[in-house]
Amino acid sequence: MNHHDIQLDKYGRLKHFLTIDGLDRSLLLDILNHAESFAGVGERAVKKVPLLRGKTIANLFFEPSTRTRTTFELAAKRLSADIINLNIASSATRKGESLLDTLRTLEAMHCDMFVVRHANSGAAHFIASQVAPHVSVINAGDGSHSHPTQAMLDMFTIRMHKKDFSSLRVAIVGDILHSRVARSEIHALSTLGVSEVRVIGPRTLIPKDIHTLGVHVFYDLIAGLEDVDVIVTLRLQRERMRSALLPSEQEYFNLYGLTETKLAAAKPDVIVMHPGPINRGVEIDSHVADGKRSVILQQVSHGIAVRMAIMAMTLGNLAESKPKESDAHSN
Amino acid sequence: MRIAIKHGRIVDPANNQDRVTDLYIEKGKIVAVGKTPAGFTPNRTIDAKGKIVCPGLVDLSVRLCEPGYEHKATIASETTAAASTGITSICCPPDTYPVIDTSAVVELIYQRALKTNMARVYPLGALTHGLKGETLAEMHALQGAGCIGVSNAYAPLDNSAVLRGALEYAATCGLTVHLFCEDSYLRDQGVVHEGIMSVRLGLPAIPETAETIAVSRALLLVEQSGARVHFCRISSARSIELIARAKKQGLPVTADVSITHLHLTEIDLGAFNSHCNLRPPLRSQYDKEGLRKGLADGTIDAICSDHQPHDDDAKSAPFSMTEPGASTLDVLLPLTLQLARDNTLTLSQAIAALTIKPAKIAGIQAGHLSAGAVADICIIDPEKSWTVIKNNLLSAGKNNPFMGWELTGKVTHTLLGGRIVYEYQD
Repeated sequence: MNHHDIQLDKYGRLKHFLTIDGLDRSLLLDILNHAESFAGVGERAVKKVPLLRGKTIANLFFEPSTRTRTTFELAAKRLSADIINLNIASSATRKGESLLDTLRTLEAMHCDMFVVRHANSGAAHFIASQVAPHVSVINAGDGSHSHPTQAMLDMFTIRMHKKDFSSLRVAIVGDILHSRVARSEIHALSTLGVSEVRVIGPRTLIPKDIHTLGVHVFYDLIAGLEDVDVIVTLRLQRERMRSALLPSEQEYFNLYGLTETKLAAAKPDVIVMHPGPINRGVEIDSHVADGKRSVILQQVSHGIAVRMAIMAMTLGNLAESKPKESDAHSN
Repeated sequence: MRIAIKHGRIVDPANNQDRVTDLYIEKGKIVAVGKTPAGFTPNRTIDAKGKIVCPGLVDLSVRLCEPGYEHKATIASETTAAASTGITSICCPPDTYPVIDTSAVVELIYQRALKTNMARVYPLGALTHGLKGETLAEMHALQGAGCIGVSNAYAPLDNSAVLRGALEYAATCGLTVHLFCEDSYLRDQGVVHEGIMSVRLGLPAIPETAETIAVSRALLLVEQSGARVHFCRISSARSIELIARAKKQGLPVTADVSITHLHLTEIDLGAFNSHCNLRPPLRSQYDKEGLRKGLADGTIDAICSDHQPHDDDAKSAPFSMTEPGASTLDVLLPLTLQLARDNTLTLSQAIAALTIKPAKIAGIQAGHLSAGAVADICIIDPEKSWTVIKNNLLSAGKNNPFMGWELTGKVTHTLLGGRIVYEYQD
């Protein structure tokens, strides 16, 4: 099994979407361009295109999630696919065998795509290595490894506001160590050619070898925010306070919480993003979250278009039939 | 039975020998090296021209999976695999099920090994009862039953008072403590080395300090107790520095490294390759170089396979949910010979690290070709190439991280007590 090419078919087309790491710039731009063509679908009277009619997609969530699962569901429905939701109770002791058994069972139901969320890094890769050749796997978040659709919808949002990536300075703030979003964003931003990626947080939450991904590390929020065009604030998990990583939410907010005052260090036209769900008063102040620099709600709606693009591309239905205006009316 | 092994390159580091000559075996023992003994008429002559003749290999860590994990491998399957790769003596760690903390389990292992009679099996007894790290195992009784050392295997020994007591008591019995060093708090849920790949793959990481802190603590307790400690599966360059200093100081310590850590690094994790889920984890390129250097300068005494056969299911899951360990019995010798070809070691150093040195650590009569010694012998065709594919692996465990590698060096004959237990059929 060739692990490195597992995402691409023999023609270099997207077969699975597991990680941004290893995908090239033109493929990422394809995703953004396709997403742009889908962006209007949700605003039409008939919110559907028939691209994936007759396809069956299984949302396979081993970890609870509402918004990601819902946007995948909406994306599938707007592409006219049939979608089933399986919320498999998360259990740390779940055996590999039962995961394989679950897959085999779903395969027997002739699913064409698995959208997978799992608490273990590498779970989506593992599933992609096990499925039948016609099945595509989309990673909806695996452990601390990767959340590539989130990264792409963030890129979509950035492009919408900033047009060009090459001049941008982007700061990612918070728990980098445990964040799959941060890892995917770093790969996406570097591949799309931004001028600088910074990570900001306490030493306990920044892996010591993170510089090998080509990012600049800041332990001081204000210094890190200086002159940035985009800020991505990460959700802080409560369990960090139970281990010896952080003393309290209050102290974290004082040091790394994004407030109007701290925002002043960034460029005046900075945009503030957050993958959600937000802990108000922990990583971000309400004034910022709801303020005019915030694009947090736009991210959610862009999530549907981006996921539509990725689903259509991996199932191979886009090359032949790009969505046309007429598609929306033919339904 | 009288066997003559003719024209082989006899490599016997214990006797400082490396020359082309003949070797004679009678009644299970080596009777002469060089000159034919008077009146010796062999029943069997092995032509070893162009081959290396060396002592049967001594492997300090092989998990035979019996008792308890027979669905992965058995004493019969793994000792047969060992024979095919020149290994004649095997030490097995106590983390079987049940744990080797009673004489009954020791006896069972000896009996099963004797039934197949393909390799000598030497159990390591538990250091603490049930490997729980709380109370001392009956080390004296285990020694009486045939354990050649004691160990807590992978089980944590977080309580320093327990470790101190265990070392002092083992020293009282004259037993070597085979110590795997890992601070379980620093390891936590970690599965890979804390480095560039843990950053990339987002896998829970094990810092180098999980090993170095445990090594440092053990060295201080060795200094205090005088216990003989063998450091198992050292994985980091920093640990080598600590052990080198202790050896210089004259402390009674030895160390080994697994063959896998001498050839692979964290980079080989690729995209979550579960065959590289190992304990200790594969570390950096810098660490691999440090291990090789430590071996060359004698800080590390022995190379072992650290063989851990698994069933397919054990490796078929998301990375952190797979079981650690690699099946490496089949590749120990060729990968060690490769270190000699790479000029990392001399051939004599490479063979010593697989024979006399581990034999001394285990305290067993093996690993040399002196006249009068038991005829445990390995004959190698050093030029024969072969590819690591499932069908070429005799171990029941196919979880070999070297799958697809082209290796050079193949055992043609293995003799156990003068009996040919393996002969290569082309």
